[in-house]
Amino acid sequence: MSKRLRNILTPLIAVVLGIIVGTIIMLVSGYDPVAAYTALWNGAFGDVYYTGEVIRQVTPYILAGLAVAFAFRVGLFNIGVEGQFIVGWLAAVWVGVSFDLPKIIHLPLAIIAAMVAGGIWAFIPGLLKARFRVHEVIVTIMMNYIALHSVNYIINNKLNQGSSKTGMIHDSASLRSPWLQEITTHSTLHWGIIIAIIGCVFMWFLLEKTTRGFELRAVGFNQDAAHYAGMSVNKNIILSMVISGCFAGVAGAMEGLGTFGYMAVQGGFTGVGFNGIAVALLGGNTAIGVFFAALLFGALKIGALSMPLEAGVPKELVDIIIALIVFFVASSYIIRIVLDRFGKKEVK
Amino acid sequence: MSFMQILMIVIPSTLLWAAPLVFTALGGVFSERSGVVNIGLEGLMVIGAFSAVVFNITFAGTFGAATPWIALLVAMAAGAIFSLLHAVAAITFRADHTVSGVAINLLATGLTLFLVKLIYNKGETDIIKQSFSKIDIPVLKDIPVIGKIFFQNTYWTSFVAIIVAVIAWYIIYKTPFGLRLRSVGEHPMAADTMGINVTKMRYLGVIISGALGGIGGGVYAESISSNFSHATISGQGFMALAAMIFGKWHPLGAMGAAIFFGFAQSISIIGSSLPFLKSIPDVYLLIAPYVLTILALTGFIGRAEAPKADGVHYIKGSR
Repeated sequence: MSKRLRNILTPLIAVVLGIIVGTIIMLVSGYDPVAAYTALWNGAFGDVYYTGEVIRQVTPYILAGLAVAFAFRVGLFNIGVEGQFIVGWLAAVWVGVSFDLPKIIHLPLAIIAAMVAGGIWAFIPGLLKARFRVHEVIVTIMMNYIALHSVNYIINNKLNQGSSKTGMIHDSASLRSPWLQEITTHSTLHWGIIIAIIGCVFMWFLLEKTTRGFELRAVGFNQDAAHYAGMSVNKNIILSMVISGCFAGVAGAMEGLGTFGYMAVQGGFTGVGFNGIAVALLGGNTAIGVFFAALLFGALKIGALSMPLEAGVPKELVDIIIALIVFFVASSYIIRIVLDRFGKKEVK
Repeated sequence: MSFMQILMIVIPSTLLWAAPLVFTALGGVFSERSGVVNIGLEGLMVIGAFSAVVFNITFAGTFGAATPWIALLVAMAAGAIFSLLHAVAAITFRADHTVSGVAINLLATGLTLFLVKLIYNKGETDIIKQSFSKIDIPVLKDIPVIGKIFFQNTYWTSFVAIIVAVIAWYIIYKTPFGLRLRSVGEHPMAADTMGINVTKMRYLGVIISGALGGIGGGVYAESISSNFSHATISGQGFMALAAMIFGKWHPLGAMGAAIFFGFAQSISIIGSSLPFLKSIPDVYLLIAPYVLTILALTGFIGRAEAPKADGVHYIKGSR
């Protein structure tokens, strides 16, 4: 079996396995899987309104997935996308409420602010990794909680406009579009999806078509070899974390400038960053893979909202399925062994 | 408010908040000492909290005052069984330990909330009827000064946690089992050469961590939150992970760090009633455990080194 085919088959098998186990869980719990999956499908694609919601949900998932995937390609595990996402969201909203500028300046400025915030948040673990060899997983987890508590503090004490949330951003910084809302019968769809697609193209171009991307990937494959070839491993580690953080920050800007238009005090994590890990893994850490994986998870998440009413099934079933998919993708070693067995039989 | 009074508020509260962290951090020590990274501690706590609460609500009438303790045993068993998923993925299927841990966390939250809706038809459980209550430790409470500060108005679970930490230290550093556990985490190939079953030791490490994580979740649910909802366990598992690292992968160190983090947590909650802490914004106390952990890792507060083979798969025959 060719490597390429295997790389495409493995995630597909993981998705199928996840859905099978989800079905078994429903059967054991006495729910009707057919009704549940029908409700799920209709809740995601049954109406233009729902499709609009799906695309809106997919937008931050793509960017969070790109953030995780980009770091992965350089051999780093950025669990801190959640924290970078939160600070990006806050930075975008902060710029959105504090300035009065023409749209052509204000909107890009808000997005850049989110990029910078996310980038700085990821720069710290990158620097510690490069300078002190501190494992980035632990530092990024800790940075998530620091982000959560600090952002809540800033919202409560600096930007509070009543009921623990910031004021609405000015129209000049908004990604919302009456036209997009019109054609999707008043969903919360906004222009962010264009930015997410640009993000995909950017990541693909940077990694596959530039010298810098070659260096980054080389560091990901083998740090010693990259070092021997004269590349600065430390510089590339820091750079990859910063770029990863920028993606995560922009994902936050999508929520701040598009979906919500404000930021409220967060009781806990939003989950976007952790779903970004799932998206990146399923997408095989490639830009195009991330795009499709985000589409799948976005559709699952939005479709799930219809399940309790239509089929009486708790929406958490979808979280179980997503977790199982991550589990199976992580365990792909065993899937590959099985695939290779089948492959060999065909040869005989 | 006298200094004595302040101590009498702060110390019992610290011990209360520290107990779940101590148990879970010890679980982390067992797992990581055997060479399996366990980001899934949070999920294991969720499972423990869920099963303890459900058992407590269901059987409070049958077992009476003993219910919380039996519920802890149930939480322990549930945590151990659930951690098998992590063990199978990370050890047998050679999954990336961190990814598998993330899957455990996602699965635990999804599964428990799904079950809560299935069983109770609503988003959270009722308040448990039999929770751990405040007690005065007999005999010890009569010691002058110390008795008043440490042994009155406190909880049994906090002291059990400290005893378990000492037992864990004894097991890991003074028994053959502990030596084997550590050797698999430092140099699995050498251990294998000496006839130690690497896979078995690692499975045991993960299962013990699941059991302790389950207890940690159960203690939290039965002494602090009193019910189970999506927000019951929100970060305690990761804080326990931080405590384990801050304690340099040592049982007693982890216990000390967990007590310190418990102190930070309790201060951020009761701080407004203490005169000298009113002026400090609580955000500093909330982020203190995490900032300190980063500093510890960086080497500013004595360098924390992970076991050598932590997170590394052992594949027989490979060099």
